[in-house]
Amino acid sequence: MRLSVQEAAFDLGQEANRFSNDIKGAGAIVTFTGVVRDNGGQLTAMEIEHYPGMTEKAISEIMEEAVARWDLADALVIHRYGVLRAGEPIMMVATAAPHRGDAFAAAEFLMDYLKSRAPFWKKEISAAGADWVAAQESDEAALTRW
Amino acid sequence: MIEVLYFAWLRERIGTNRERVATEAATVADLVAELEARSDGHALAFADKTSLRVALDQELANFAAPLAGVREVAFFPPMTGG
Repeated sequence: MRLSVQEAAFDLGQEANRFSNDIKGAGAIVTFTGVVRDNGGQLTAMEIEHYPGMTEKAISEIMEEAVARWDLADALVIHRYGVLRAGEPIMMVATAAPHRGDAFAAAEFLMDYLKSRAPFWKKEISAAGADWVAAQESDEAALTRW
Repeated sequence: MIEVLYFAWLRERIGTNRERVATEAATVADLVAELEARSDGHALAFADKTSLRVALDQELANFAAPLAGVREVAFFPPMTGG
C-alpha cells in the first residue's frame, strides 16, 4: 500500500504504470482520478487546505479498512494540497485485486470515505471571488451503503 | 494548556490557525463556550454548530466528548476531499 499527500502535481499515466508494474498476481486494476473542474471557464484556481498529521492518519485507516474488507493485492492513494489550476489532477485512487468486483468496490469505498472523512477543504477562486466548497449531504449519505 | 487548531473558514473568521488555550473545560462543548467569548470572530466562527466538526488528538469526535488528557483540539467545517 502506498499513500502520498503532496503539493506537487503527479502524472496519472506514470503512477498507473508504476502501480501496475509492482503488482504480482492481480487480475484487475481499477484507477480513479479526480480533476479540477473549470466551472464553465469561471474557475481561476482551487486551493486545497489540509490538516497535516491527521490527513495521513485518517487516510491510512481508511486504506487499512479497505484491505480488511476486500481481497486486494495492493492499493494506492495520492491526494494533493495547495494551489491547483483547472484540469490538474487533484487525487487518485488505485486498487488491484484478483477479480474486478473487489477492485471496483474498494476503489468506490476509498473515494466515498476520502470525500467526507479525510481532512481536506477546497476553496474555489474565480474572478467573482473565493468560496469554500460546501460538503454535500449526498457525500455523507454515500457512507451508509458501506 | 490545550492547542486549538482552526481550518478553512473557521481559520479565516478567527484570524489565526492555532492558539494555546488555558482551560478547565470538561468537554468540547464547554471549550466552545469559552472560545466563543474570546472575540467577535470566534463568536461568528462558532455561530452555527451544526456545520462544525471536531477532532481530538487527530481523531474525529463529537461535542459531548471529554477533554481529559487531550492535547490538540481541531475545529473545522465538514470535509471536502476527493
